[in-house]
Amino acid sequence: MTAKVEDKLFLNRFRVDENPHIRIIEGNVCMEKCENQPCLYFCPANVYRLEKDRISVAYEGCLECGSCRIGCPNLNIEWRFPTGGYGISHKFG
Amino acid sequence: MQENYDVAIVGAGPAGISAACVLAGKGIKTIVVERGEYPGAKNISGGVLYGHDLAAIIPDFVEKKCPVERNIIESRLWFLSKSGGYSLSFRDRAFYEKQAFNAFTVGRARFDRWFAEQARAKGALVVCSTVVTDLLRDSNNRVIGVTTDRPEGDLKARVVVLADGINSPLAAKTGFRPEPKPSHIALAVKEVIELPEEIINERFNTETGHGVTIEIIGEITQGMDGIAVIYTNKNSLSVCIGANLSDFMESKVKPYEMLEEFKQHPLVAPLIKDGQAKEYMAHWIAEGGYEAIPQLCGDGYLIAGDSGMLFNALHREGSNMAMTSGRFAAETIAEALDKGDFSRKTLAGYVARLQNSYVIKDLKKYRRFNAFRLQHHELFTTLPRLGSFAAQQMLTVDGVPKKEKQKAICKKFRKEISWGSLIRLLWTGWRSVK
Repeated sequence: MTAKVEDKLFLNRFRVDENPHIRIIEGNVCMEKCENQPCLYFCPANVYRLEKDRISVAYEGCLECGSCRIGCPNLNIEWRFPTGGYGISHKFG
Repeated sequence: MQENYDVAIVGAGPAGISAACVLAGKGIKTIVVERGEYPGAKNISGGVLYGHDLAAIIPDFVEKKCPVERNIIESRLWFLSKSGGYSLSFRDRAFYEKQAFNAFTVGRARFDRWFAEQARAKGALVVCSTVVTDLLRDSNNRVIGVTTDRPEGDLKARVVVLADGINSPLAAKTGFRPEPKPSHIALAVKEVIELPEEIINERFNTETGHGVTIEIIGEITQGMDGIAVIYTNKNSLSVCIGANLSDFMESKVKPYEMLEEFKQHPLVAPLIKDGQAKEYMAHWIAEGGYEAIPQLCGDGYLIAGDSGMLFNALHREGSNMAMTSGRFAAETIAEALDKGDFSRKTLAGYVARLQNSYVIKDLKKYRRFNAFRLQHHELFTTLPRLGSFAAQQMLTVDGVPKKEKQKAICKKFRKEISWGSLIRLLWTGWRSVK
C-alpha cells in the first residue's frame, strides 16, 4: 500500500503543461493575511507547500479537483484548466 | 473548426454524450468539445452507473459491449467507529435475473470513451484535447457559441449545452451559474486497487460478473461530514473517501492521509490486502442538493448533469441524473430547432421535463439533507463511537450481568449526548429525507 502522496501521484499519468494553470494572485496575502493556510492541508495532491517566505505551487501534480479555487479563504488562487489534452489523464477513472 | 453547428456541447461526460446521442440520432448537427485527451480522461465517479437511464439512450447497451465491470447484486451500509462498526447488507436474486444491470460499476476512462463512440456512430462530432474558455454572445447577450483554446477555435452554434461538470472555471468566468459554496461540495479522493478477480469474488462472496457496493459513514472521516465507498470492479476495487469542503477547510485533515487511515480500518484492510494501488484521483461531489441548483437555462444555453448540481447525495445517484438531464436537454433543443426559437422561454421546456421526472422530484424530497448533515456532526463522531461501545459491551462475555452493562451504556450515552438532542437528531433527520 502506498502511504505518501508523492507515491500516489507517481501512479498517475500526467502530461505537464509548461504553462502553469495555477497561480497565486498576491504572494504576500498568503504570508500576511492568511492565518490558517488551509490549502496546505486540503489539497489532495499537496500542490501547495510552505516555503520560508512564500507558498510554492507544484501544479504539475494537480488532480484538477478545483478545491483551492473556492477553498482559499482569500480567493487568492487563479485556477483554470490546463491546456486541452494536458494535465492528468485517467487510466481507469 | 470555424463552422456552424446546431448544437455545441461542452464536456464529453454522461450528460454531454447523452445529449449528443439523442441530438445526432435525430440528424441534428452536433459537436462535443472535451478538454481531456479522450472522453473520460478527466472524469471520475465512485463508479456506479444505472441501466434504466442508459437504456433510454442506448437500449441495447449490453449487446453493444458497454464496458461493464460488475453488475451490482448487493449493497452494504457500514456505520464505523475507529476500531470497528456495524454492517447491514441487502442482496436479491432479482438484481442478476430480471433486473440485471439495474446498477453496475464502470471505469470512467473506458466507459466514457465507449459512450462517446456511440455518439460518433450516430453522427456527432467529438473533439478532444480542447478547452472551452469562454461563451460567445451576441449584442443581446444571447449565447451563440463557444470559444476554445485552439487557434481560431470559435464555434458558432444555435444552442450550447453546458455539461462541463461540477468544477467549472467556465462558470466562474462567465457566470452562467454561480461558483459552488464550499459547504455545497464534497471533496473526494479515490484509489483504484488491483486484485485478482477470484480473490474479489471470494472476499465479497460473489460469482464472476457480480459485484457489491459498500457505502460507509462514521469516524472514518475524522469528525467531518463525509462518506467513504468501496465498489467492486472486475479485477480491482474503487476505494473512495471524501468530506464536505468547508469541513476540510477547518479541520486540517489531509485527504490522502484520511484515505490511508481508512484503508487500515479493521473492516477495510482485509478486503484490500495484497492489492496494488494503480491510480489516485480527486473530484468534487455536488452535495448542495435542491437549494444549490442554479437556473438551468438561458437564452441560447442549457445546463445538464453535475454542472447543474443534479446529484442525489443520500442515494449517491448522479450519473443517472446526468444522462437523463442530457437526454431532456436534447429533446428540448430538438423542439426549439423546429420552432427556430432558442430563447430562455422555449428552452424552459427542459426545466419542465426535469420537474416532471424523478430528477427534481428526488432532489426536492431530500432538499434538507445537506443542511441536516452539516448541522449534525455527531453522526460522524459521538454516535458511531457510542454505537460501537454499546455493541462491544454487550458482546463481551466477562461475567458482568447484562443489566449492569445496559446501565453503563445508558450512562455513557447520557453523558455524551442528551436524549433531547438524540430525539432532535432523529426528528430532523427524518424530516430531511421524508
